This record gives sequence, C-alpha cells and structure tokens, in this order.
Amino acid sequence: MTRLTAWFSEGRSTGKHTLPFVVILLSVTILASAANLFLPADSIFYVSTYTITLLGKYLCYAMLALAVDIIWGYCGILSLGHGAFFALGGYAMGMYLMRQIGDRGVYGNPLLPDFMVFLDWKELPWFWLGMDQFWFAMLMAVLVPGLLAFVFGWLAFRSRVTGVYLSIMTQALTYALLLAFFRNEMGFGGNNGLTDFKEILGFNLQADSTRVALFLITAILLAVIFVISQKILSSRLGKVVLAIRDSESRSRFIGYRTDRYKVWLFVYSAVIAGIAGALYVPQVGIINPGEFSPINSIEMVIWVAVGGRGTLIGAVIGALLVNYAKTRFTAIMPDAWLFALGAMFVLVTLYLPKGLMGLYGQLKAKRNAVMNKESQA
Amino acid sequence: MSTLDSTRELFRRDQVWPFLAPAQAEVNVGNQMILYVEDLNLSFDGFKALNNLNLYINDGELRCLIGANGAGKTTLMDVITGKTQCDSGTVFFGQNHNLLNKDEAEIAQLGIGRKFQKPTVFEEQTVFDNLELSLKTDKRVLPTLFSRLTPTQIDRIDDVLKTIGLAKHRFMLAGALSHGQKQWLEIGMLLVAEPRLLLIDEPVAGMTAQETERTAELLTSLAGERTVIVVEHDMEFVRSIARTVTVLHQGSVLAEGTMDQIQSNKDVIEVYLGEEAAAGEQA
Repeated sequence: MTRLTAWFSEGRSTGKHTLPFVVILLSVTILASAANLFLPADSIFYVSTYTITLLGKYLCYAMLALAVDIIWGYCGILSLGHGAFFALGGYAMGMYLMRQIGDRGVYGNPLLPDFMVFLDWKELPWFWLGMDQFWFAMLMAVLVPGLLAFVFGWLAFRSRVTGVYLSIMTQALTYALLLAFFRNEMGFGGNNGLTDFKEILGFNLQADSTRVALFLITAILLAVIFVISQKILSSRLGKVVLAIRDSESRSRFIGYRTDRYKVWLFVYSAVIAGIAGALYVPQVGIINPGEFSPINSIEMVIWVAVGGRGTLIGAVIGALLVNYAKTRFTAIMPDAWLFALGAMFVLVTLYLPKGLMGLYGQLKAKRNAVMNKESQA
Repeated sequence: MSTLDSTRELFRRDQVWPFLAPAQAEVNVGNQMILYVEDLNLSFDGFKALNNLNLYINDGELRCLIGANGAGKTTLMDVITGKTQCDSGTVFFGQNHNLLNKDEAEIAQLGIGRKFQKPTVFEEQTVFDNLELSLKTDKRVLPTLFSRLTPTQIDRIDDVLKTIGLAKHRFMLAGALSHGQKQWLEIGMLLVAEPRLLLIDEPVAGMTAQETERTAELLTSLAGERTVIVVEHDMEFVRSIARTVTVLHQGSVLAEGTMDQIQSNKDVIEVYLGEEAAAGEQA
C-alpha cells in the first residue's frame, strides 16, 4: 500500500506530469470509446468511428514522437530515420494481417497474398513463414526494429560518429529501405505495400468495436510506455544519458562506456517506434514504402521540436497538435500544409527553442514571480 | 616456433589468459611505483609532441609538471587517460595494468581521475547529481538502471560537498555556479570516485587568491593516500604545494627535483625559467 501511494506521489512530483497525463489520456479514451459504442448516432455527444480511428492514429504518432524524444531530447542523438523503425513494425503487423486474409483475396489463394499470385510466385518466401501467428508477428514487430537499431547503433556509436554525420546516416538508412521496399522482388508488395486487410485475431477490422478496441489498446500502451520511459529516465541511467548529451567525453572520463548507453537507448527507442508502427497499420488499413520516406522522419522531429524536446509530455503534445493541425489544414488548403509545417519549424526554432513546454515553463515562472511580489507587498 | 613450443607458450603457468584475468584486478604497486611511462613517442604531422618521454611516479606522491606551452604536459595526460593513442612506448599503471590497450572508461574505472583545463561539469544537472554520477560504482548499463543510492554513498557525497564548500548549493544546477565553484565541483567529482591517481590540469586557473589557497591545502591533504599529478603554470602555486617537480621541454623530461633544485638547474633556467629566475637573482 505504501509503495502504491509512493508510486502515485512520485507521478505528481513537480516537473513530472506522469499521473495527470495518464489520467487525462485514459479518461478521454474511455469517454470517447463509450460515446462511440453506447450513444445513438444522432446524439450530440456521439463520437464517430472515423474520429476514433483518427484519434488512434494520433496516439500512434504520439508514441513515435516519444521514441524520437527519448534519443534526441534526452541523449542528443538527432535521428532523421525513425520512420524506418516505425515502418518495419508496421510491415510486421501488415504481414500478419495479410496472412489472415487467407482465401478471401481477389485470387482466392489460401496461402499466398494477392500480390504474390499476381507476380506468379509459387510459394511463400521464407521471411513470410510464421507470420500467420499473431505472437510471432508481434515479436518480429519488436525484434526487427530493435535488431536493426542495435547493429546500426553498434557500428555508428562505437566508431564515435556523432552530430550531423549521424543524422545523415540515419536519413540514408531510411532512404535505402524505402528504395528496397519499393522493389517487387523484395516480397513486401512493392509500391502498393500491404493492404485490403480483413480481420485481426478473428475480429473484423471494419467493425466499430474492433476500432474502439484498437484505440483503447493504443492508449493503454502509450500510457505504459510513457510511465516506463519516465521511470528509466529518472533513474541514474537517465542522469547518465543527460550527462552524455551535455558532455560525452566527460562521461567517458568518469568511467561510463557511453557508446553502450547510446546503443541501448537507441534500441529502446526503435522498439517503441516499432510498437507504434504495429498499432498504426490495423487502424489505417495500409502500409506501403511511403512510410520509409525521409520526409516522414523529418516530420517526427518537428513534432518533438514543437512540443518541447527533453520532456516526454512535450513530445506527446507536439505530435497531437501538429497532426491535428495537419488534418484540419489538409482539408482546407491541401497545398499550403508543407509551407505551414516549414514555417512552424522555423518559428519554433527561432522563438521557442524549448517548444511549447518551454513556453509553459516560462509563463509559470513569470506567474510565480508575480505572485511572490504580491505576497511580499 | 615448433608446435610444442607454441603449446608451452600458450599454457605457461606463470600467467593467466587475458580473458580469464579479472578485469578490475588490484593495482600492483610492489615497487612503490604507481605509474610507469617509458619511451613514449607521439607526433602530430611531424611535430613531436612527446619525444622518448620517461616518467615514474611514486605511490602517494604529489608531483607537479611544469613546462612551456607545447611541452607535452596535456598530451601526456591525454595518453595516460586513453584520449590519445601514442605512436610507441609503454604506460603501466602499477605493474599489472597496461593503459595503452584500454579505453577512457576502463582507465577511469581502474581509478585514474582527470580534471580538465576548462572546467567540464554537467551543467543541466544539480551539483548533487554531478557527484552521484561520479561515484565509484558499477558503471555498466543494467546495474546503473537499477542502482539506488545507499546511505553510505549519500554520506560520501555529503562529505565531499563539505570538502569542496558546496554543501549549500547541492540542489543548484551546476551551470549556475561561478567559475571557481565549477573548478571545485570538478575536483569533487574526482574525489567522490576515490581514485588512486589524480591528473589535474591547471586547477587554479581563474580562481581568486583565497580559492587558490584552499585548493593548495586540499591537494596537499590528498597526497599520501592518493597519488596526485598537477600541471600548473602558476609558479607561486607550484612552490606552495610541490615536493617534486618535473620539467617537460619539447616532449621529454628536462629536469626533476625539488623546486629549489629546479630553479638552480642551468638547463631549466635557460629554456623555461630564464627571465624570471635571472630577475630573481638580481633582486
């Protein structure tokens, strides 16, 4: 019991927003889900299934922003290739969903997905084996991004590649994967990617209840990952990570193998991105090589910059706000969105180097100062 | 070499295979020596930064290194702490640790602490956190994730905070400290790690006279228990703390002895103390 209360009070301690965040996130999620399932469609409080799916998508982006923030905001590694880990997680889920279609595809082949029949392939490539098992596909959604991040990080951080060079390498990584996944011979559906999914674990993907369930699961996982990340970053390991960001050589001279810390943090971040990708695909119903495109990865960095890097809550808020703006903007003026995004990035970099959370902190400090003055007077 | 010989070599009974030897073996200071630097050579694009440098440091000694700019003082420290690779030579810590095949982190874990010329502390973290990070603990990733401060460690940090005079500032961000305080914090970060050997580069640069005095006291009190090597330009300061002084010139040792011996040494007067010493004699 005391441990429980201690845990809750830690969530409320100053500078951390864990408990309020989790409470707000889960209550909004539950209310929206209930409003969708139990209210009649003509009620003013009814939340359409379209909105539920949209919210679920935003939460996946928030999780992805969290992943970017953990390594950029806390460890100073600017990855411009996190879309790659997101897309790999997405492809693992997509492969599972493809195998679930079974003989309901256009060609009615019980084993092969439609695009393979179209390419006149006779049997499943080896890497599609086992993907009909949900647990195996989910394992891959975590393992593949994690392994790629491990190999990449091990090579890059051991040879002490940092700064812009590392960013360019991550960008090249995602671009290389983009080109590779575009090829039909790769066996991932080429340009069209994987789509036309029918069901997940036997539940119809088009059904309202499945959509709501996916939305709820996304929210719960986001909360869990948020809490775990907060825990990790406030441990001594978190302090070491900040130390590496601020002065890597000093951290080495007091005895920390900084490359190992960076590799494991990078892997952790990639795994989160992979989970986000796996949750994203069943909700939007498609995964194609476009997810690997460098622009996507840059957009993620902008979400974090807008929200405020170095605070987990900032990453989440940034992702939600920018994506909401994107949805509105692309509906009103589709052509102007990229300009708006660019302008936003420039403005944030110039005037809000710590993002919206930094602004919030400044306003709070100002209010406290005013209140102190008043109480003294 | 025949197969038999190579097998014998492989199974020599007087040594342990490197991968079986404990990584953190105690430093062997059997000959009262803690640091052996022999025939060290290092050149940058033809410029000989270190030139057949030989240096032996006794266990528990306080040694001052002096020398003009470019004499190789900082380069020597870089080689000892693993920051720079040397071209040839050997550096042993005790009799059993070859420092040249270790990286910075391993060398630090062996108990060699270093303070830089420019104070480098973790500015975004509190004074207390800075010291916590420097504690002598298991510094691998997983143990660090699950580590908790023990009461002994907290006491240790408190002690050091008192020693360096920052007890009141423990929850202040290190970036908000004054220059002198940062220097002290950095020294504190070395102390809390309980090193065997401290390499201190210009500890009193930018300090007030009072702070300098306290630094001198602190460094003198450390000697005996720990070995301290100080690089310093401030001759007054060197005189106040030094028992043995080593003069470096163009990457090798020019002279070694007490401050008085050094100041009366002809070579030293010629290359380094020249004007100052000459002026001193006239006065």
